[in-house]
Amino acid sequence: MAASPAKNTSAPEAGTRVLTGDHFMLGDHACAEGAIAAGLDFFGGYPITPSTEIAERVARRLPALGGKFVQMEDELGSIAAIIGASAAGARSFTATSGPGFSLMMENIGLAAMMELPCVIADVQRASPSTGLPTMVGQSDILQARWGSHGDYGIIAYCPASPQECFDLTVRAFNDADRYRVPVFILMDEIVGHMTERVRIPEPEDLHLIGRKGPRHAPDAEPFLSFAPDEDMIPPIAHAGEGYRVHMTGLTHDERGYPAMTAEVHNSLVNRLVDKIRLNADDIAMYEEVDTEDADTIVVAFGCTARSARHAVAQARDEGLKCGLLRPITVWPFPETRIREIIEVGNVKRFIVPEVNLGQLRREIERLTHLPVKRLNHAGGAMPSPDEILELIRT
Amino acid sequence: MSATEQTIQPAANIHPIDRLLRADRLPHILCAGCGIGTVIHGYANSIAASGIDENNHVCVSGIGCSGRAAGYVNVDSYHTTHGRALPFALGIAVHKPELNVTVISGDGDLTAIGGNHFIHAARRNVNLNVICINNFNYGMTGGQVGPTTPIGAKGTTAPFGAVERPFNLPYLAKATGAIFVARWTILHVREFHEALVRSMQKPGFCFIEILAPCPTSFGKSNKIGDGLHEVEIYRERCQVQNGAPHLNDFDIDLLDESKPIVVGNFVDVERDAFME
Amino acid sequence: MTKSVPHVVREPIDLPQAQVPLGRVHVIVERCKQCNFCIKYCPTEVLEYSEDINAKGYHYPIVADGKEFACVNCRFCDLICPELAIYTTDISDADDTAEASDGG
Repeated sequence: MAASPAKNTSAPEAGTRVLTGDHFMLGDHACAEGAIAAGLDFFGGYPITPSTEIAERVARRLPALGGKFVQMEDELGSIAAIIGASAAGARSFTATSGPGFSLMMENIGLAAMMELPCVIADVQRASPSTGLPTMVGQSDILQARWGSHGDYGIIAYCPASPQECFDLTVRAFNDADRYRVPVFILMDEIVGHMTERVRIPEPEDLHLIGRKGPRHAPDAEPFLSFAPDEDMIPPIAHAGEGYRVHMTGLTHDERGYPAMTAEVHNSLVNRLVDKIRLNADDIAMYEEVDTEDADTIVVAFGCTARSARHAVAQARDEGLKCGLLRPITVWPFPETRIREIIEVGNVKRFIVPEVNLGQLRREIERLTHLPVKRLNHAGGAMPSPDEILELIRT
Repeated sequence: MSATEQTIQPAANIHPIDRLLRADRLPHILCAGCGIGTVIHGYANSIAASGIDENNHVCVSGIGCSGRAAGYVNVDSYHTTHGRALPFALGIAVHKPELNVTVISGDGDLTAIGGNHFIHAARRNVNLNVICINNFNYGMTGGQVGPTTPIGAKGTTAPFGAVERPFNLPYLAKATGAIFVARWTILHVREFHEALVRSMQKPGFCFIEILAPCPTSFGKSNKIGDGLHEVEIYRERCQVQNGAPHLNDFDIDLLDESKPIVVGNFVDVERDAFME
Repeated sequence: MTKSVPHVVREPIDLPQAQVPLGRVHVIVERCKQCNFCIKYCPTEVLEYSEDINAKGYHYPIVADGKEFACVNCRFCDLICPELAIYTTDISDADDTAEASDGG
């Protein structure tokens, strides 16, 4: 890599949306910069460790760019405000941690039902309840997928470095707009509070997309906010554009009007799930290291993947046929790829280290009858490379 | 001219304000004698009278009977979750300050489950028009007591009478920072209309409590036979005190016939609106 | 609380010149739910219930016999109607019967 001087990130340039260049940057800050670079218009948040640095960074940066930062009264308000702003066309964002994420679950369901795009960073800490606020956890994985009542589709990214905090946050905004869903950045305390080099690209290399809007003028005919195209995603019209939309958390027809029948409900909810499920292969991201001939595959994400990467490299040095599969999206889970790997037949077992008591392991166990070894920590510390290496050896 | 000629029957099934309503959804789901329809009607009239582009009006509501208001007005409208109408509306109002956002919701939605959002939206002076339809109970779920149920009034969850002191909503709104505060009843249609148009034209957090009968749920537990009966109580006991300096005594005791129900435009002050 | 007001009725000096508008009542029958607000609060007591019922089974307001010219277009019935089922129009200037009978 060409050495370019790291900029002093404590004095970001006012008025510059994309801080193109190399930075020595905190994971939380990189997440905030990703959101800003992606065109963030509205942030509503509430302070909570270990995510607060995201809000602080946005509070300093966003006003000069014409965006709005509001510190809300609680996380119930934060999520409602960003969904409302999204209804008015904002690229909107909030950041929180487990206890706040729990409070947001109600309106995450509303965002799913109204199909209003938004991005939520959850910097995971040791849980349940207040747990260890300043120490690592990875135990919101299943909550992110199933936390709000009912069935719906979402997307969740798990960055493993500050660089990915930036890159995946940009991607999250694109996905939220493309699929009209809430998208999560499931960070963890270690990645959020880690400072590393972050390379921010030129604005044109961010490849931002917008939302799919109406294809007729407001007065031409009634606009159908929930009439899906072939890709299952309906075009969206925002407040103030003249389309006189109606949106409700109730089961609704294509016009957005309450339609309280089992048939409409079945069709709506299936579409909310299918628009992600049937596009899973396009959305899912993962990284593979040395998996081709591996008989042992370590599946790890977020901070734990950093330990696992080290352990796998060491095991290879020892001549062990071992590889790493790192889900970058935990939801949708990259299961097509994992099934392929299993079908090839080389792999004899999986090892799943994670900072929870087996949430990701369930996904692997669901896909295979091969042995799945566990390495769990309930939170506050993550599995070390040595611990993972020990499991690979045995 | 005969009575039949005078009363034009089905020939014209369009009300003059129908363009601001989702008239294809009428008649609405609300009960006979319920006052919420009058508020929806008044909101539509106020939009027309506001002088503000109709496309710039937005309606947000929460959950409950009053929460259904958003579904009947032909402006961009959002029927959100229980208690969260205000922060949802804040997001719209802050992102697009050119929009005139009105929140129509119930007493339980705005001041029980949404109470925290209420006091903070008022404190911030977010540019919102907030109409709290107070029917003294949770109507949609069948008549449970709530934060505005007068002491002694009965509900299905207080079969022996409510024992908690209810909110005095104008007092609460004033104390937390609202720049316009009014209380009217659905009988005061013209006053309500004027207050709402004033709210729409005034940047900042404007609050109007409007008392409305709920004959089906509140009435049945409290010997109020129908909507008209409750409106008659308003007519007999309402006392207008526009600009009243002190709101702390304006609790509503619906059951004690000796106590007046004070209504009026109480507060109309200037304070910089949020983000201005 | 209420002060007693002496019954002194002062007549405006221009009363003979005052024009009282003539209104016409329009009812959207199928929206009515028989809440009674319009009938009760009409200041000139124009309205009464119909003998007929609408599709939902409610008696709706009609103009009472002898009240054909009593509506003053104050719009109170319209404004208070929770169902948007009634409104009035001003027909003071309608000088020909045909026009007067089909407004709405």
